[in-house]
Formats: sequence, C-alpha cells, structure tokens
Amino acid sequence: MAQSPTGRRQAGWADPLFRVGTGAVAVLVIAVVLGILAVLVNDSMLSVRKFGLSFWRTRVWDPVAGDFGALPFIWGTLYSSVLALLVAMPVALGIAIFLSELCPRWLRQPLAFLTELLAAIPSIVYGLWGIFVLAPAVRTLQVHTPDALRRTPFFSGPPLGVGMLAAALILAVMVIPFTATVAREILKAVPVSQREAAYALGATRWEAIRLAVHYGRIGILGAVMLGFGRALGETMAVTMVIGNNPQVALSLFAPQHTMAAVIANEFTEAADALYLNALVEIGLVLFLITVIINGLSRFLIWRMVRVRPTRVVAPVKVPLAA
Amino acid sequence: MNTILRQTGHVRALALIATTAVFTACSGGQTPPSGQAASPALPGQGAPAADGGGADQINGAGATFPYPIYSKWFSEYAKEHADVRINYQSIGSGGGIRQLTAQTVFFGATDGPMTDEQLKSAPGPILHLPTVLGAVVPVYNIPDFTGDLKFSGPLLADIYLGKVKKWNDAAIAKENPGVKLPAADIAVAHRSDGSGTTYIFVDFLSKVSPEFKQKVGVATSVNWPVGVGGKGNEGVAGVVKQTPGSIGYVELIYALQNNIAFGAVKNKAGTYLKASLESVTAAAAASAASMPADFRVSITDADGKDAYPISSYTWLLLYESPTDKAKGKKMVEFMRWAITDGEAYAKDLGYAPLPDSVVKLEQDALGKIKVQ
Repeated sequence: MAQSPTGRRQAGWADPLFRVGTGAVAVLVIAVVLGILAVLVNDSMLSVRKFGLSFWRTRVWDPVAGDFGALPFIWGTLYSSVLALLVAMPVALGIAIFLSELCPRWLRQPLAFLTELLAAIPSIVYGLWGIFVLAPAVRTLQVHTPDALRRTPFFSGPPLGVGMLAAALILAVMVIPFTATVAREILKAVPVSQREAAYALGATRWEAIRLAVHYGRIGILGAVMLGFGRALGETMAVTMVIGNNPQVALSLFAPQHTMAAVIANEFTEAADALYLNALVEIGLVLFLITVIINGLSRFLIWRMVRVRPTRVVAPVKVPLAA
Repeated sequence: MNTILRQTGHVRALALIATTAVFTACSGGQTPPSGQAASPALPGQGAPAADGGGADQINGAGATFPYPIYSKWFSEYAKEHADVRINYQSIGSGGGIRQLTAQTVFFGATDGPMTDEQLKSAPGPILHLPTVLGAVVPVYNIPDFTGDLKFSGPLLADIYLGKVKKWNDAAIAKENPGVKLPAADIAVAHRSDGSGTTYIFVDFLSKVSPEFKQKVGVATSVNWPVGVGGKGNEGVAGVVKQTPGSIGYVELIYALQNNIAFGAVKNKAGTYLKASLESVTAAAAASAASMPADFRVSITDADGKDAYPISSYTWLLLYESPTDKAKGKKMVEFMRWAITDGEAYAKDLGYAPLPDSVVKLEQDALGKIKVQ
C-alpha cells in the first residue's frame, strides 16, 4: 500500500511475485503431505506385503514371533478420541458460549487467557499429572462403582486406575482449550445484527444465543473436529495413562492402547526389519484414518452449507495427526 | 542430587524418544537422530558440547539405561584428553543398532546383545564390549502388607503368565512360609516401551520357565499375556505405587534411587537374594569363566550362590575394523580407561562395576581392534 513512494511501479511485479510466492508455499504443503505418504508406504512395504488387509483386522501384536495386527490400536485410538470428544464438547461449548455471550466484561480476558494457557501445557506434564493424580482418582471412582454397573460390559474389569477412562479424561482436558477457543472466535464473528434482530422480534436471551450458535454451527463443527484431530494424534499423555495393553474392549476400565502410543513406545527399540515396517504401517493407518475423518467432516460441512448457504465458515481443518 | 538428575534425565529421555520416534516414523528411520540439536546434556555434568561437530568428534547412539554413566565418563575423560570429544545420544538400543549398522554413528550401545541376523546385516564385524552391569528387581504393592517377599523364577513367570492370580496363592505361600498375604487380585504391570529392562526380565523368565519361553519369548518388547503397560521405569513404578495388589519390575538403580522396596529372587543355587551392586557383579564374575569370545552373553540365572539372577551387562558396540582409524584409536584408548579407572564412577551412579576377570578379557579384545 503506502510502503514506498514508487509504489505504483513496484505493484507491477509485486503482485505476480506475491501470487507465485504464496502459491509456492501452498504447493509445499501438498508436497509435504504426499512426501509423508510416500515414505510411509515405502517403509512399510514388508509389512504391507506380508499381512495385507488382515493388518487392519487382526488382534495379535507379537514382536517376538513377528506377527502384527493393528486392530486393537485402531480401536483404542478411535474409542479414546470419541469418548474424549463426548466429554470435551459440552464443556468447551459451554466455555465458548459463556465467554462470548454471558461473561461480564472484566472476567472475559482473564478467562480466555486461562483457557488458552491450558493449550500450552506440554503433554508430558499432563501425562505425569495423569499418572500421579488422575489415575488414582479414577481408581477410587472405579472401586466405588456400584456392582450393577460393574456387570455391564462398559464398566467390567478390575479397578486399575490407568485405562480407557483415564485416557479419555486426560484427552478431554487437552482438547477443551482448542475447541473452546476456536468456538469462541466463531461466536464472536456472528454479526451483532443477528442478535439484535432476534431481540427485536422479542426473543429471550436463551433464544438469541441459540440463534447465534445455530448461525455459527459450521465453524463450531470445525472447532470440534480440530479437537478430534488433536485427540487422535496425542501420544505422550495417553500412553502414560491408558495402560498400553493392546486389546479390543468396550470397558472404560480396561487398559488399552493407541496407534500413536505404540509407535512412541516401541520404535526406538525395534531393530528387526519386519517389526519396524509394521510400526511404520501403523503410522500409515493413522494417516489414512485421519484423512478419512477429515473427509467425513468436510462432507458434513458441505451438506450443511448446501442446505443453507453463507454462514460463518470453519477457519480451521483437522490437522494431520500423523 | 543424583536422583533429581536422573529424574530429569528420564523425563527428557522420554520426550526425546517421543520426538525421535515420531520424526523417524515419518522419515524412514535412516536419518541421524533428530534429537541431534535438541539432545540435552545432563545439567552440571559438563558433557562435551556438540557445537558444530567437527572432524574430531566421535558420535555414538544407543541404550538409555547406561546414559548417565556414559555421559559422566565422556565428560571426565574429556577433562584429561582435551582432543577427544565424544557425543552420545540415548535413543534406545534398537535405534543404536540401526544407526551403527547404517554407519551414521561411530559406536553404538545396547542393553541386549545383537542377534546373529543383525550382525550379519552390518557392513563389517561388530564387537560387543561390556561396560557396566544392571539388574532388574520385582516391586510390589500389597494391601496391609509391608515386608520383604521372596520370589522364585518360575513363580514370577507364572504371575506374568496370568496363572497365579491371587496374592494368597499356594505358590506364593510356598516361597514365603509364615507370611500372611491377603486374598487380593494380582495386578500385573510391565514396561510398555521397548526396553533393555524388559529384555533382561523376560530373558530370565524364559530360562526358568519353558512355558514362558514358548508363549512369550525374549525381546525388548513382547506380547504380554496379562497386565498393564507403564512407560518407562517411572510408568511401571507409578502403576505399582497407585494400585493396591500390583506387581511390577524396574531397574535396580531406579528402585535404589527412589527408595522403592523390592523383593528377593531365588537364584540357581537356591539362595534368595535381594539385588545389590555386589550381587550383580557376583553374577558377572560367576559366569566370567564361560564368557564367549564375542562377549554376547546372558548372565541371567547365573551360577554361584552370591549371584543375583536377573542381572545383565550393557554393551558398547564398535566395528572391529573402524573406517576412521584415528577415531578408532581414540575410542580404544577411551575404552581401556573406562573399564579400569572409569569403573570407579559406576557405584556412585548406581551401576554394578565389571568384575576384574571380565576387564582382563576385554583388555585383550580391545587389542584386536584394527586401528592401524
């Protein structure tokens, strides 16, 4: 704009240069993603050839015998992330709505700041907190679970503290700041005229808020998916509390395992070629699942936009967990 | 102070392992450690700085277990030999073997000896040089019980196979006459990360229990029939501490430095021994006579009535004919110092020193490295 007295002249080449420059950076993203995919495929060939599609549905993970199946890890990753989302979503939306609609002005900044601060805590710290505070608390909860509940498949098994429930809870805490912060920005972006129109028509505060949330629902879905992506890829905190036992179990009390966790746990000591390839293939599976989930969320957004166009659109997409 | 250092080291090592794992996962595993730049030297130990590397720097990578003593050695040695700069990345035994095979590092380090297959895939013959010894101890948390428990190898194997399920099982009572244990369930904890600690433990269990050998086998990560996986010694210790009725296994050093009580284990001669630095060195001394020429030896379940049965060497790995002769010469000189003068630092850091008989054998072996 007003950067130089010869501005008009420079604009002659500055515009194309800027276009090419930003274009190149955008292409770089595609190159990186394709590069990751290529390396993952290339380095998992041994395992892909040996196990084929059965890798996705077998449950044995035996490094000694060289027999590998990813199902327990796929299950654990999806189950823990979905559970975390179920816990995190209402809390995060509550925070976002309170901050953007109801919060007294003097409290708004401090609260928003604290929410964002939660996102900056390293996951190892969450993990240690998980081992020493959360897991014992979960264990106490498990011990006091009524027997009638304990007989259902969701709460069976001995009270260990570590396990699916602890992992889902710690993931929820880690996801909340991301979802809450983005959802708050979305709600802030809803035009004031929308709310004023609602009030003008005699809407109550509750109704006006519902309208604002409805208006921004696509962006809010994006915020939720951002949290989901974070949960899928989280490694350190999860591995410290999930119990790391590869099994497909419905029970919230059972120790389970995730894809990211098994890579972090076993990669350093895996010296055998097939074993290494199987671990890389887990990375490939995680990559593909992230792509599928990302695609599904795009589809969902597309459906919404098609039904009622021109809304506040999601500013963020699910980052690749792999 | 030591404990604090070790703890920080552990946490950092964990974080480092994670980053390395994720990065290498995406890049094919052939890259040099991505922790190269970020690799922390322990504070206050003054490990040789890795500024810019330079032609003189000797790089190594491998096991995390001996990291504290190795960095102590490298810094002490550098004080007397300003021209020798050794840089060590504790990325795990498997990573160390991979990088040594790919010749991206000059030396490796491992807690479990390389397999024949791994040796064959290396571009040249590799020597195993024992440096110090470690041991693994059983830790437990039983409601309303404080005191020492005794375990036999087969009993531990049956617990880890899920066959002994209650603390008041007859098999446990048999090893502990007069001790009254509750009817609580046994919650089994093991390492979830690939680890030399696991290797030593399952190596012992496989020797004393044919069933364990057949169902589980020996490796740094195994397919555990039962139990909960904790990441690192602190993960297992954390689970055991928080879960009444649990049993786990951790490195002797970790138990000693954190004042965790641990049980006695019956050795081959039938003596119940609580692990100590002395009983670990004794296990090594007892098996020194039958030491194979390549030092690839398992000393779990060793003979001798003073030998603690879940003990093991940790090895430094060198090419028998190093490509860079000058570095090779420096490394051999360093190793001669480490296994003699250097062993004096072992006990302070919680490692069992090599028995003299093994030091002698190793001196001979070092003479065979072609540095001319």
